[in-house]
Amino acid sequence: MNDSVSEALRGVPLNYYIWLSTALFVIGVLGVLYRRNAIVIFMCIELMLNAVNLLMVAFAAFHGDGGGQVFVFFVMAVAAAEVAVGLAILVVIYHNTRSTDINVLNKLKW
Amino acid sequence: MTIYVFYFLSFLAVLSALMVVFSKNPIYSVLYLVITFFSVGGHYLLLSAEFLFAVHIIVYAGAIMVLFLYVIMLLNLNKETEPHKKAIYQFAAVISGGLLMLVLVGALKGADGAAVELGANTDIGMVKNLGKMLFNEFLLPFEIVSVLLLAAMVGAVMLGKNPLKEMRNSNHESTATKVKTVNK
Repeated sequence: MNDSVSEALRGVPLNYYIWLSTALFVIGVLGVLYRRNAIVIFMCIELMLNAVNLLMVAFAAFHGDGGGQVFVFFVMAVAAAEVAVGLAILVVIYHNTRSTDINVLNKLKW
Repeated sequence: MTIYVFYFLSFLAVLSALMVVFSKNPIYSVLYLVITFFSVGGHYLLLSAEFLFAVHIIVYAGAIMVLFLYVIMLLNLNKETEPHKKAIYQFAAVISGGLLMLVLVGALKGADGAAVELGANTDIGMVKNLGKMLFNEFLLPFEIVSVLLLAAMVGAVMLGKNPLKEMRNSNHESTATKVKTVNK
C-alpha cells in the first residue's frame, strides 16, 4: 500500500497540482465577474473553495502532514454553512424582487 | 499510469468548470459543477486522501448540490429568466480573469515543487490517523465548527420563514375571531 502511494506521488509532480488549482481558481473568479445570476456566482465561489482545498490536500500529501487535510475538513464545514445561509437569503431576495439578478440589488449604491 | 489519470481528471475538471461559467441555463451549471466536484474527488483519491474523498462526495455532490438544485427548481429559473450582462462587461470580465491568471502564473513560475521535502508517512489520509489528529490537536476548532453549523441552521430557518406573511395571517385570525364574537 505504502509503496503504491509513494509511487503515485512520484508520478505527478507537485507543480502540476499548483497549476491545476490556479486554473480552477481563476475560472471561479472569472465566473463571479462574468455572470449576473446570484446562484451561479455562489457556484463559482464553491469552485474557488475547491481549488484551494485541492491545493491544500496536495501539499499535505506531499509533505506527509495531516494538518492540511484537517483544515480542508473545516473549510468544507464553513462552505456548507455559507451555502445554506446564502441560499436562504437568495430565496428571500427572490420573493421580494422576483429576480436573482444581482444588479437589481443596488439600493445601497451611492 | 498515474500521470494519465491525473491528466484525464484535470482536463475533466477544468472543462466542466468552464462550462459552469459559460452555460446559459443554471441547471446545466449545477450539473457541470457536480462533474467538477467528482473529478476533484478523484484527485483526492489520487493523493491518497480517502476520508476527504468520502466527505467531499457526501458534502459537496450530495448536500450542497442538492440544495442548489432545490433552490433553482423552487425559483423556477431557466434560460429565459437568465439575466445577461452587456457584452463590454463580459469582455472586461474575461480580460481581468486572464490578467489574474497571468499574475498567478508569473508568481508561481519560479516555484520549485521538487524542493518540498517528501514526508515519510504516506497514509495520513486514512480515517484512523485523521480522526486521531482531529480529536487531539484540532478538538477546539472541531467544537467551534459544530456551533457554526448550528448557527447556520438557525439562521437559514429564520430567513426561510416569511415574517410579513405570518403577520398578515395573525391579523387575519384576529379579525376572524372578532367577527365571530360580533356574530355571537
